[in-house]
Amino acid sequence: MLLLVLLVLSAGGYQLGRRRSLAVSADDGAAPGQRLHSLPSYYGFHTALWTGIPALILLALWIALQPIVITQLVLSDLPAEVRLLPEARLNLVISDIKNLASGNIVSAQVDPAMRAAADHYLQLQAISSAALTVVVLALALGGISIGWRLVSPEFRARNSVERMVNIFLVASSSVAILTTLGIVLSVLFEAIRFFQVVPVTEFLFGLHWSPQTAIRADQVGSSGAFGTVPLFAGTLLISAIAMVVAVPIGLMSALYLSEYANRRFRAVAKPLLEILAGIPTVVYGFFAALTVAPLVRDAGTSIGLNVASESALAAGMVMGIMIIPFVSSLSDDVINAVPQAMRDGSYALGSTRSETIKYVILPAALPGIVGGILLAVSRAIGETMIVVMAAGLGANLTANPLEAVTTVTVQIVTLLTGDQEFDSPKTLAAFALGLVLFLITLVLNVIALYVVRRYREQYE
Amino acid sequence: MNISAMQQARVAAPAAATTIKMHTPEPSFQEREFAGTVGTVTVDNPKIVSRNVNVYYGDKHAIKNVSLDVGANEIVAMIGPSGCGKSTFLRCFNRMNDTIDSCRVTGEIRLDGEDIHNQKLDVVQLRARVGMVFQKPNPFPKSIYENVAYGPRIHGMTKNRAELDELVQLSLEKAGLWEEVKDRMDQPGTGLSGGQQQRLCIARAIAVSPEVILMDEPCSALDPIATAKIEELMDELRANYTICIVTHSMQQAARVSQRTAYFHMGDLVEVGETSDIFTNPRHKLTEDYITGRFG
Repeated sequence: MLLLVLLVLSAGGYQLGRRRSLAVSADDGAAPGQRLHSLPSYYGFHTALWTGIPALILLALWIALQPIVITQLVLSDLPAEVRLLPEARLNLVISDIKNLASGNIVSAQVDPAMRAAADHYLQLQAISSAALTVVVLALALGGISIGWRLVSPEFRARNSVERMVNIFLVASSSVAILTTLGIVLSVLFEAIRFFQVVPVTEFLFGLHWSPQTAIRADQVGSSGAFGTVPLFAGTLLISAIAMVVAVPIGLMSALYLSEYANRRFRAVAKPLLEILAGIPTVVYGFFAALTVAPLVRDAGTSIGLNVASESALAAGMVMGIMIIPFVSSLSDDVINAVPQAMRDGSYALGSTRSETIKYVILPAALPGIVGGILLAVSRAIGETMIVVMAAGLGANLTANPLEAVTTVTVQIVTLLTGDQEFDSPKTLAAFALGLVLFLITLVLNVIALYVVRRYREQYE
Repeated sequence: MNISAMQQARVAAPAAATTIKMHTPEPSFQEREFAGTVGTVTVDNPKIVSRNVNVYYGDKHAIKNVSLDVGANEIVAMIGPSGCGKSTFLRCFNRMNDTIDSCRVTGEIRLDGEDIHNQKLDVVQLRARVGMVFQKPNPFPKSIYENVAYGPRIHGMTKNRAELDELVQLSLEKAGLWEEVKDRMDQPGTGLSGGQQQRLCIARAIAVSPEVILMDEPCSALDPIATAKIEELMDELRANYTICIVTHSMQQAARVSQRTAYFHMGDLVEVGETSDIFTNPRHKLTEDYITGRFG
């Protein structure tokens, strides 16, 4: 509501600033808008910004701080014995008061002190919101008047509007960066807590993974083993199978599309291929678990092989299919980036299309293709849904694609789903796994981007 | 060979190789009306004969009924304002226009009397016989050696490494680049200067021993010194090859060519001996162009 009013006020500020700028310039006897430093609309925007921004900042701060201030005020009115309760109990009392104030059901019977506190709480809220409205509107109107006052032919409205826009853009991009940083830090701290319990060396080099820990001290059998080698081996195995499927198919389809296919076929086939990338991974997951895995098992049995029903082969194959569009569209891009002059040069020497591809285009595009493949690998390593549904849970250390293996991502999911206490090594292990996984994909991405960028510079 | 020697060679050239006849029909062709073109399109001992060539890019009629002969061991320059179709016409000679989807070529083009659009003729063989050098130097991102060895390799022209080495050296020598690069054959060809790159491209074209070399504005990306080197080289190459060059520089056309063809809006307006065209143009458009009134 208040936001809407602010918007209207800002629009009004725009109009006022614009008119004012025209009027100011007309005062000097020149034609309207003639002697202004900036276009009239910049004066309008400048006034609108003065109206909206300070008021918005105040609004945001107020809403953020209001609950804290009100709670403190209510608390200070509570009897002394309540105030001196330990932190956890105090929080319970406060939430009781809040529930009471909003008319929800309260756990115990209402005592008069609580009732009074709740009324006080409500009263403070009403005062606060009224005050907020008044202050914000006053600030907005004040902004209009400042903006109005500032309008003069010499005033450089364009420069200051552009500076504001610049600040907006910087702020938006820093949101993304700060979020990434926040995620990394939170994972990092939890992982450090885990490594205080389990040594890093055991975590990285242990050959046994069995994350069940004892809940009570007298429980037997589940001491917990956090050797991640089987998990990473499983991840590597499945990713390798996926790449074996995706790289040849993706690369060849990219070659066909960019070098052989005529334009009409390409216009149809390329979006169709990219639809593969749009299929939700969960759908791939049950395709793998319900269709491909039994198929692989039956095929294996018919030639006398013993295939697990959740084989790494099935999960890897489906993941490979998922990654095909990655490989093909990235390779397609780099192949198209090879200058036509290279092709012309090769054709003019009398080489055929396939010779040109083999000896000129592929060598020239190779760094870019490798970069694309590395990006696809990091995607495969981080992929979760398919392996959760189609790969097993048993942490087997094996290189046999017909056996069931498990992956890092699968283990993170199983460690964190269900009711868990968040300070046992079992759950903290998930963060440590996540951290290592993140580092691996980060390194792969950095290498890939470096390779791709170096390649780009070659022709520009 | 220095510049004055070049000039001597040029003066001697027309008499020796290509005496231009007045409208004598080729035995294998019927007498045709070359409407619109001023001058004589035929020559005595033609290497390439083209008759009534039309090129279309989609709906655009880029080359309109052009007929032009190129004599053996002669340099023909094609000049004209941008977009007049001279490059398009040049690219007809080795069927490079085939690589453009929307492009359609009609008419008759004969290389040594053999129709290059003949179904039996392999376009790969044609392009080995008619080499091409492009406007921008386009060495492959490989070593200098590999750049030159590329053509002989794909055509299986040499039996062993020693023969290939010899052919690479010979080609680079012919292109006047050997002395400059002989110590760094394994370095990337893209690391050379623009003029060296262009001579590398010429060496690459020579390596497959073509009969005709097409040059599409070979010096437009080069500085005057590199340009002078290439022009000198072209004059040397003329002894063994037939050369067609498209150029924007009229001075260049005057310096290197024996015959000049002036294109305008897809038409071949005028063709004749270079000295005649530049001193005594017969068509108004040609005169306007070479006197710098437009284009």
